[in-house]
Amino acid sequence: MIRLWLPLILLCIWCLLALLGSTFSLAPNHIDLTNILSQPSTDVWFGHDELGRSISDRLIIGAQTSFLVAIFVILFSSLVGTILGIAGAFWGGWIDHLLTRIIDVFLAFPGILLAITLAGIMGPGIKNVVLALTCVGWVGYARLARAQVLTIKKTDHVTAARALGATSSRIMIYHLLPLLSAPLIVEMSFGIAGIVVAEAGLSFLGLGVQPPDASWGSMIRDGTRYMLVAPHVVIAPGVALMLVVLAVNILGDWMRDWLDVKNIRHM
Amino acid sequence: MLGETAHATDKESLRQALGLHLPIHSQLLNYLQRLIQFDLGTSIHSGRAITDIFLERFPATVELGLGATIVALTLAFPLGILSAIRQKTLIDFSAMTFALAGVSIPNFWLGPMLIMVGSLWLGWFPVSGRDGVLSLILPALTLGTAMAAILSRMIRSAVLEVIHEDYIRTAQAKGLTESRTIIRHALRNAMLPVMTLLGLQLGSLLSGAVITETVFAWPGIGSLMIEAIQQRDYPIVQAAILCISLIYIGVNLLTDILYAWLDPRIRIRDAS
Repeated sequence: MIRLWLPLILLCIWCLLALLGSTFSLAPNHIDLTNILSQPSTDVWFGHDELGRSISDRLIIGAQTSFLVAIFVILFSSLVGTILGIAGAFWGGWIDHLLTRIIDVFLAFPGILLAITLAGIMGPGIKNVVLALTCVGWVGYARLARAQVLTIKKTDHVTAARALGATSSRIMIYHLLPLLSAPLIVEMSFGIAGIVVAEAGLSFLGLGVQPPDASWGSMIRDGTRYMLVAPHVVIAPGVALMLVVLAVNILGDWMRDWLDVKNIRHM
Repeated sequence: MLGETAHATDKESLRQALGLHLPIHSQLLNYLQRLIQFDLGTSIHSGRAITDIFLERFPATVELGLGATIVALTLAFPLGILSAIRQKTLIDFSAMTFALAGVSIPNFWLGPMLIMVGSLWLGWFPVSGRDGVLSLILPALTLGTAMAAILSRMIRSAVLEVIHEDYIRTAQAKGLTESRTIIRHALRNAMLPVMTLLGLQLGSLLSGAVITETVFAWPGIGSLMIEAIQQRDYPIVQAAILCISLIYIGVNLLTDILYAWLDPRIRIRDAS
């Protein structure tokens, strides 16, 4: 259990920085030409970047960016995916056929490549990043929800609900959705890690957040040019990114095992 | 492309030249017709035939992909197998820590870090570009590590699953050495799920190549695509996506075929 504390604390820091970041008096875009690429010191923990901007302030704004993108993408894609997946599996027929065909088309592309393409075509910007990642992300939830509903909908409790005269929407919300929540939550928790990396990757390629706004990905991209003289400019955002992804992955692993164990015990 | 102050006549002639004045369906038909003849169109930016540009760039991507796969396989198999047969030891723990770290470090950060250590501090490898075998090592390591991490976890759980089967005990009982038991009996049965993952991973290898090629200025299809996106050279973007998804689908098909070759049960069921 102890090894879960560290990731939990890390995630809490990430969330808090993202949520409360705007209440600190930050100056992420303040250019200080006397401090260009200055090394970390006791006063300024992470030093300054190539324009003399405080790296710690920009890291907090970057935390905000990745957090917002992750929350919105998870929200939208799980909502769209789950609704479509449940609807397709529940009603079957041509709706289900259409859904599976669309899912197949999306799965024919490697996910991040599709996101890169969409972001490239729609143009850079944080809204387009959310849109592009949602377009890629909903497929996983739809496939998961569909597969689960296909097995659950034949169980007795659904037949009983139908015999009692429950409407389709009532069955979906009260009798199917609660049983889907466990696998969906596991998918979401791993999804967060993927989205944080994808957002940073898009920003790294220059397709995400645009300057002067900060993202960990764009900070790494800008920093690589000055890596020779000031390695801290690349190391700081990279370590932040890695810690968040590591924490999410550890918790996701744990959650998957935990939910699995519970399933076995129930059976 | 013509700028804000372009004349209407210039705009119209460019529309004509690009075939944008035609209705959508005949544009699509034209595109497909040329596609059948392996004509991917011409680049807006350089005016060269995209097929030529691709032929120039393609070997670099294949080289990088092969390099990364070799890195991934040589790392993943020993790590996965060792951590499975020495379960819950220090070896297992450190191998799985490596795997977790490998999954969590994005390649656009690992790349610069490797450049910093391997090129700037040690001075062993060139910083970027494609010039000989030495220049391949850092990009292949960058791209291969993430894949090795995922693969070694998969190999570990697959080997753990078969290691308690009866036929392993039989193999041990008839006095086979441990290495022979693992390689001939455990590994062959554990290969199926690993093959599936390997097939899927080659897909993410391709998208990872887009980023890795950009980091190392590696002249492959991936960096071509990013350059094209930045220059708004849409025919190239279109062709690059088509090319990468075709490879992806092809690899998945190949995985299915390999499946039948690896698992006699699938062959026999389909034959009967």
